[in-house]
Amino acid sequence: MLRILNKIQRIGIVTERLPKIEEPALDEIGAQLKDRIGELFGGSLAIREVDAGSCNGCELEIHALNNPYYGIERFGVHFVASPRHADMLLVTGPVSRHMEAALRRTYDATPEPKLVIAVGECGANGGEFGVSYASCGAVSNVIPVDAVIRGCPPTPLDLMRGILEAIGRRSSSGK
Amino acid sequence: MTTNAWMTSFLGRLSLREINVQEEPAPGLAPARLLKIGAGDWGHFAHEARNQDCRWVAAWGEDNGEELTVNAAFEKDGAYFIARTQVKRATPILPSHTPYYVAADRPERHMQDMLGVVFTDHPDPRRWTRHRAWKDSEFPLRKDFPTAGHPPAPTPPNDNYRFLFAHGSGVYEIPVGPVHAGIIEPGHFRFQAVGETVLNLEERLGYVHKGIEKIAEGRDAAGLARLAGRVSGDSTVAHAWAACMAMEKAAAIEMPARALSLRAIMAERERVANHLGDIGAICNDVSFTFAFYQFGRLRELWQRLSREAFGHRFMMDVVVPGGVAADIGDQASAAMQKQIVSLRRELAGLYNIVEDLPSLEDRLDTTGYLAPDAAKAFGALGYVGRASGVAFDVRKHAPYAPYQGMNLEVPVFTQGDVATRVEVRMREILASFTLIEKLLADLPAGPVHVALTSPAAGTEGLGLVEGFRGEILAYVRFGDGGRIARYFPRDPSWLTWPTLEKLVRDNIVPDFPVCNKSVNGSYSGHDL
Repeated sequence: MLRILNKIQRIGIVTERLPKIEEPALDEIGAQLKDRIGELFGGSLAIREVDAGSCNGCELEIHALNNPYYGIERFGVHFVASPRHADMLLVTGPVSRHMEAALRRTYDATPEPKLVIAVGECGANGGEFGVSYASCGAVSNVIPVDAVIRGCPPTPLDLMRGILEAIGRRSSSGK
Repeated sequence: MTTNAWMTSFLGRLSLREINVQEEPAPGLAPARLLKIGAGDWGHFAHEARNQDCRWVAAWGEDNGEELTVNAAFEKDGAYFIARTQVKRATPILPSHTPYYVAADRPERHMQDMLGVVFTDHPDPRRWTRHRAWKDSEFPLRKDFPTAGHPPAPTPPNDNYRFLFAHGSGVYEIPVGPVHAGIIEPGHFRFQAVGETVLNLEERLGYVHKGIEKIAEGRDAAGLARLAGRVSGDSTVAHAWAACMAMEKAAAIEMPARALSLRAIMAERERVANHLGDIGAICNDVSFTFAFYQFGRLRELWQRLSREAFGHRFMMDVVVPGGVAADIGDQASAAMQKQIVSLRRELAGLYNIVEDLPSLEDRLDTTGYLAPDAAKAFGALGYVGRASGVAFDVRKHAPYAPYQGMNLEVPVFTQGDVATRVEVRMREILASFTLIEKLLADLPAGPVHVALTSPAAGTEGLGLVEGFRGEILAYVRFGDGGRIARYFPRDPSWLTWPTLEKLVRDNIVPDFPVCNKSVNGSYSGHDL
């Protein structure tokens, strides 16, 4: 136990204020995100992530949002296990035909009002896989999409920025 | 070499059994040897291969017009051979390898769904990769099947699959998925349980089938490398390398030494990143969040340096046909060496904590036990195999450039539980550190890329690479004008997924996530 406490104390808090490799700064995006979430979702945004056919690259970066450097929970964003608890679906693609029904059902299970973000090149436009006998391509070919976050895969900062933009667009459209 | 000794005696035995085998030269498939066999002997051949203690590696087929070609790869003592036969397209009937090798079960059902080969004595003829996006009379890998297919709109759910069922007092079923509760890939698990104990688990995969084998057809070499880099996003370097190796061998080009060393550095970095993330996730599955955050922190630092050095956090699209698309300078090299020094120190402290924390010991020791004989029968690879006595590592036992003579340490244990799979991964991280240091110290000068000359139509190549999950096999055959006629990648997950069904039995249902994570099969790499 002492070793664990010692390690925790020595490492301290690594959660970032000003990362060198990305602009704009993480805490700037985060502060805006937190404000918008406070305004629109009562301080907490619940996201259900749905892998509808991805290569798993996007999932790894979405995972990284929860690591101590990005710590997305501090901005009021958390990932939930059920679409019934979700305000937002973060969907990676391409949507495989074998996942088409499951994605529709997940969408239907998410209560209104809901936001859908298509993540990654494949989610946005089918990416390397396109449309075929096995793939429906972009997420918007299957369910209504409010915003896309491009990138193969998008970095954790791209993801945070994309979530913020989607929330901003929703408030300006008065939806 | 001894590898040839067993092969000679094996060929002798085959002729004694009157199994007619013809060896044909196939330079693109080297180090594998190509053996042609009559369709009627296909099953007997597998029987003899098992008697010879060969490992079943992979099977794939191809539509050649009048006939379908079927291949199966085997390995023993680091020597590979590929058995090849042909069946009439109109009557594509073939004996199965599954009665002799359980590993052949799902790959043969994949071939049945995708190419329409009928395996006469397969013990489980249910469909596998096919759900309901195409009909049972259609076969996507036949040349007359259009890439667009004729999918019904919308595609109906896969709700008419016949699962095994259990009955009896107190037996109940738990259906899980395809959409899971975490940020993970989709698949379906059907448990039969009594109280908290798992009686049986049946996996139902195929949900992320994206038609990779079909859409590879007609691509150019660079396009295939990009696609291969997305077979399984966590293994982008290893899959791209295997596909490029296959194309480069088909084209018979001499690869620049610096490019190969850089590929190996990236492959080792990929291995370390995945092991770091997964060790943390395994601890998280038994609520030891301290380790989850510490390992997650180290993984993030590691990925950031990958981006600084190679321009991408996963080093995606850096492995290209004929070499690599990024070179590193002294600064990146020094940064990598410095990071290894600091990580080694940090990990020593973390390993000590993980290894003797009583609550972790309680949850991970003896959990998810896979016996060595079962691991061998399944053909288990990577850390799953090495925690259960199966040592095989392509880098060590069939080394490819630049791994020859690098004296790699491969950790092998026989306890076969979740804790041991964690232990293997911890040691593999340290072994990769040593490899990266050596590769950086001896990094050859020179170009990092040569042009890939388009090989003649019909030329084939084989790539074999050790990914973080184990051996990856990639087969490529070129068609006209340097376009790809056939691409088949075999992710190690094909062989490790079935072990999960076995090792989770008699464990409690709440230990399923940690058992699953300790195997960490790729859904995307398996469903293709």
